[in-house]
Amino acid sequence: MIKLFKAIYAIWYREFKVFQREKSRIISSVFLPLFWYFIFGGGMGSMTTVKTSNYQHFIFPGFLAMTIIFSSLFNGAYIVWDKKVDFLKEVLIAPISRTTIFIGKVLGGMTDALLQACILLVIGIFLGIPFTFISVVLTLIMLFFFAAGLASLGLIIGSFLESPEGFGLVSSFVVYPLFLLSGALYSLNNLSTWLQVLTHADPATYAVDGLRNAILGVSSMPYITNLGIVVAFDIGLITIGAWAFRRMKI
Amino acid sequence: MNGQAIFIKELTKKYDDVTVVNTVNLSIAKGEIFGLLGPNGAGKTTLLMMLSTLVKPSSGDAFIKDYSIKSQPGKVRSSIGMVFQDPSSDELLSGYENLKLHALMYDVPYKAIDNRIDSVLSLVDLMNRKNDQVKKYSGGMRRRLEIARGLLHEPEVLFLDEPTLGLDPQTREHIWEYIESLAKKTGMTIVVTTHYMEEAQNLCDRVAIIDNGKIIALDTPENLCHQVEGDTIALQGKNLRIEDIKKLDFIKGIETDGDRIILKVVNSGKNLQQILKTVGDIDFIEVHSPDLNDVFLTYTGKQMREGEGGLMEHLRTLTSANHNK
Repeated sequence: MIKLFKAIYAIWYREFKVFQREKSRIISSVFLPLFWYFIFGGGMGSMTTVKTSNYQHFIFPGFLAMTIIFSSLFNGAYIVWDKKVDFLKEVLIAPISRTTIFIGKVLGGMTDALLQACILLVIGIFLGIPFTFISVVLTLIMLFFFAAGLASLGLIIGSFLESPEGFGLVSSFVVYPLFLLSGALYSLNNLSTWLQVLTHADPATYAVDGLRNAILGVSSMPYITNLGIVVAFDIGLITIGAWAFRRMKI
Repeated sequence: MNGQAIFIKELTKKYDDVTVVNTVNLSIAKGEIFGLLGPNGAGKTTLLMMLSTLVKPSSGDAFIKDYSIKSQPGKVRSSIGMVFQDPSSDELLSGYENLKLHALMYDVPYKAIDNRIDSVLSLVDLMNRKNDQVKKYSGGMRRRLEIARGLLHEPEVLFLDEPTLGLDPQTREHIWEYIESLAKKTGMTIVVTTHYMEEAQNLCDRVAIIDNGKIIALDTPENLCHQVEGDTIALQGKNLRIEDIKKLDFIKGIETDGDRIILKVVNSGKNLQQILKTVGDIDFIEVHSPDLNDVFLTYTGKQMREGEGGLMEHLRTLTSANHNK
């Protein structure tokens, strides 16, 4: 048992050290949402009405989700670099199971994503987002479970990618659809049917809705329903992820 | 089995229709330094990948310390250390952090980790660079770090895949010294793949020559060299008395190569004087004793193509330079 925790800690340790040293990633993942918040939110806000009085506040929870999506997916897809330079072989040849490696990586990816989301939360205070103690706790719980699923999704994609060239595809076909379909930027109430279907297949939709409920008190579904659906996505994605790691070839 | 460190039985690996490793049988004794010698693409690395359980064999099996690579991969992995051909340490981490990561994965007792790291780092002369990020290391230092890492969990068998590929001759020699002193100190079994002849000749107790996935010769380097008949002597000069040379009983063959005469000679050291007396005035002479290159040539009918890999080495350097995580 101690051996298992040591192995998970080892994988996490590496992910965390790398995260600490990749300052550019931290900076971009915090500033990208802020650009959206001020430039897009400022521009759109002047011509949009939403349930909350302030459009920028309305889209703030979406940017917490955005940070998680970007950070987790790119983190996962990065194992394609480990494959390329043989670091992955060093890990795979160790006497630890693939599932252990996967769990360590998920925890590492979650740590990165959640730290970045926390930086954004603190910035939110200065932006005048009306946080309360309860809303922060509910926000963190939602972010935690959302990050678990997304970190798994990133690793699933990374385990299938064979070269870094596939990276652009991940960005175009996974990262942006997940974000744009999540209702981060608009309300889900008056959408056409096809868009409704797509938005409901996106786990980020429920995370955003739940976060909006926790922070602003407005949402299409109750917080607990959203959380339940996010957890269900987690279970599915973690299961698929553990399987994908077992079958991964080098 | 039977107390052998490594026992390989009919091990085969096929990718689609291509047989990369072809029914290899081999046993390696405890404490032996064993060389797998062959050109690039001969199947050396695939063989090591199978022995280290990273690649599944198509058929056959192998045993490390009596553990089957097929049915007990976990036990096999705990018993072996591996130094890969390509750099496999994390550039963003320091030497120390790379080693700590390794120690945790191999379940080195927590309290012993720091001491162990210090002792393997001193062994490869990297103590003073312990806390530098690996991206600041030179190629030779990285290789030494990875050798240190391979030793950290005190494996009984250490695999080294082309440990000196792409390194300058001085560093190469250093690494041989490390490997030799290591084998002496620890009694560890070491399997090293190489396509450098002199590496195999100087370092290994026994050598297997592998080509097209098959072991085509297996013996000590000395015995392998003895299997090649005689030495060659190249002579050049005017009015050489070739007919008289032919009468000497230790001459096994004569060929002409342009204005040179190539003699196959048994025991050239002893008989050189006799040849010189007989042949008359010469302008040039070259004596060549057989080395593993000749052994390889004899067995396969082709040269070892030592220069190959240059482009790949270059690409590798580029890849590692681009590696930014």
